[in-house]
Amino acid sequence: MSPIIQHVIDAVSLGGIYALAALGIGLIFGIMGLINFAHGDFFMIGAYAIFLMSGRPVFIVAATTLVVVILLALSTDRFVFRPLRGAGGATGLIASFGLAYLLENIILMIFGGRPKAVDFGHGLVESVTIGSVRISQLDIFTITTTAVLLIGLTLFLRKTRYGTEMRAAASDFRMARLLGIRANRVVAMAFALSGALAAAVSVLLVVQTGAVSPHMGLIPVLFAFVATIMGGMGSLLGAALGGFILGFGSVGLQIVLPHDLVPYRDAFLFALVVIIYALFPGGLMRGRQGGERV
Amino acid sequence: MTFATNIKNPRTSIQFLAGLTWPAVSLILILLIISLVSSLFGTDLIQLAVIEMLIMVVVVVGLYMFIGNSGIVSFGHPVFMLLGAYCTAWLTLPVPFKHMNLPGLPFFLAGHQYNVFLAAITSGGFASVFAGVTGIVLMRLSGLAASMAIFCVLAVVHMVYANWDAVTLGRSSIVGLTTYVNVWVAFGWAAVAIAAAYTYQSSHFGLALRATREDEVAAKASGIHIMGQRMVAFVLSAFFVGVGGTLYGHYLGAISVDTFYITMVFTTLAMLVVGGMRSLSGAVIGVIVVSVFVELLRELENGINLGGIALTIPTYGQELGLALLVILTLLFRPNGLMGDKELRWPLGIGMKRRLRIREREEE
Repeated sequence: MSPIIQHVIDAVSLGGIYALAALGIGLIFGIMGLINFAHGDFFMIGAYAIFLMSGRPVFIVAATTLVVVILLALSTDRFVFRPLRGAGGATGLIASFGLAYLLENIILMIFGGRPKAVDFGHGLVESVTIGSVRISQLDIFTITTTAVLLIGLTLFLRKTRYGTEMRAAASDFRMARLLGIRANRVVAMAFALSGALAAAVSVLLVVQTGAVSPHMGLIPVLFAFVATIMGGMGSLLGAALGGFILGFGSVGLQIVLPHDLVPYRDAFLFALVVIIYALFPGGLMRGRQGGERV
Repeated sequence: MTFATNIKNPRTSIQFLAGLTWPAVSLILILLIISLVSSLFGTDLIQLAVIEMLIMVVVVVGLYMFIGNSGIVSFGHPVFMLLGAYCTAWLTLPVPFKHMNLPGLPFFLAGHQYNVFLAAITSGGFASVFAGVTGIVLMRLSGLAASMAIFCVLAVVHMVYANWDAVTLGRSSIVGLTTYVNVWVAFGWAAVAIAAAYTYQSSHFGLALRATREDEVAAKASGIHIMGQRMVAFVLSAFFVGVGGTLYGHYLGAISVDTFYITMVFTTLAMLVVGGMRSLSGAVIGVIVVSVFVELLRELENGINLGGIALTIPTYGQELGLALLVILTLLFRPNGLMGDKELRWPLGIGMKRRLRIREREEE
């Protein structure tokens, strides 16, 4: 029994990170129809903020990271995406790709290409034993953080005025504007929230890997895209669900695949996703890309 | 009807033909002049840069055939370069090398060494076949979903090639490809790619696909099979991008999986965006402009001397500059340098005047 529980915990912990990353992308997509490729570099820059601050009290490090990433997200909106609003999804996608490349190379210019070790949250490596199951504190930390953030986000979106505005904008941006919702404020809010989620992901990534590198954002953001797409672009519930499906998928494949094929795990996962996408072109939960109305 | 008025007069019909083929011919002429000048007067470094530029013309024109006509921004086309480059390596490397380093190859690859030109065609064909198979799934998708799904395909193939040591050497480079690609080989392929792209976009197929780009619903209602038309463009563009990959391999002499990943995606897209992704002239001019720009930045990274003042930019300045160029282009000239336009035949009578003459004749 216990190995299964062990694997489930691994899957939830991994899926939680993917879900947080996917939500950050889904929030922006839902409102603006923009796929933000630079989201992965938000994680990366957050991680470098932790790297620079390491050694200070955990609370201060986390707060700084949060502020840095939110400011970064807001300024990308102000200086790149706001002028491009209405230019179409493809333009936004390419611009965000350019932005990602820009941020990555700025970091490369300042810190160089080598990964750097970070001493942050190493106390979490030890594990606790409950009954016959050994759970690492890292997993507990990850799962708790994810749960708190997911609940917090849901409450924010359901119970506050700003949350309601954001949901309205996501369901029909033009109509929402006609009803007096300020477009710039709603979009900025979405970017701030997306940045906050990205900051959380960068904390979790640094705690898990213990290192930062300029390319560290790529794989998580790929998974996040895949999760968002799988869940149905623009559906937040779908994005979170997609994240957890990927978590369970990765852990499941890790166990099921023969030893020789384990290096190809992610390839199997992505291929699976392309197939799911072909079967359900709108994603599992139908989001806003449900075909254009004429 | 415009045709009819032109054919009455043989001189105008020549004008008409010249005007019709000019967009492709002019681009080929521009590249011919660049190639000639560089091979006559250029230093070795400049010649190398020109060869690289011509290879990128093959790749970006291939990319344009799909993106420009379908309107779907593909983030995964370097996958065809990857497939092409490794395919040509399997075909053309010396037999002993393959026995030693690539034990997983099947006998017809392991035991023979094929001609480089045939290898280029076969590798392009291999990329096309791959595009045809994956296209069955990919071409069903539209817009951003398709962009991301094609990127997923690149990620999958990259991962597989990076781990399949027995036939790809994994993450290490395969070295020793014959470096037969000189200015004229690269120019020849660039000319063929431009001619093919122009023929395709002026053909029934190209026009049908362009109609789906402008309005999917209206195109469907006019009886256009969207998925089928996209497939034609995807397969065709995969061929040229694949050939571009083989040329790149034979230009560098060494290939590794990471050559054909994010950086290549970004570089090729940057060229297309800067030039204007809705026009063939845009694709070619984008390659020229971006190549010159990047080459200048590369020089700056090494440091240049301007009248006693040494000017140097930090490492990665080249990538940074390119990223800025793309973002600024999108902000201030979102349709690129060329927009929708092709280069026009400068000596002919303009379309507007031709219409006016016709109207007068009809009166």
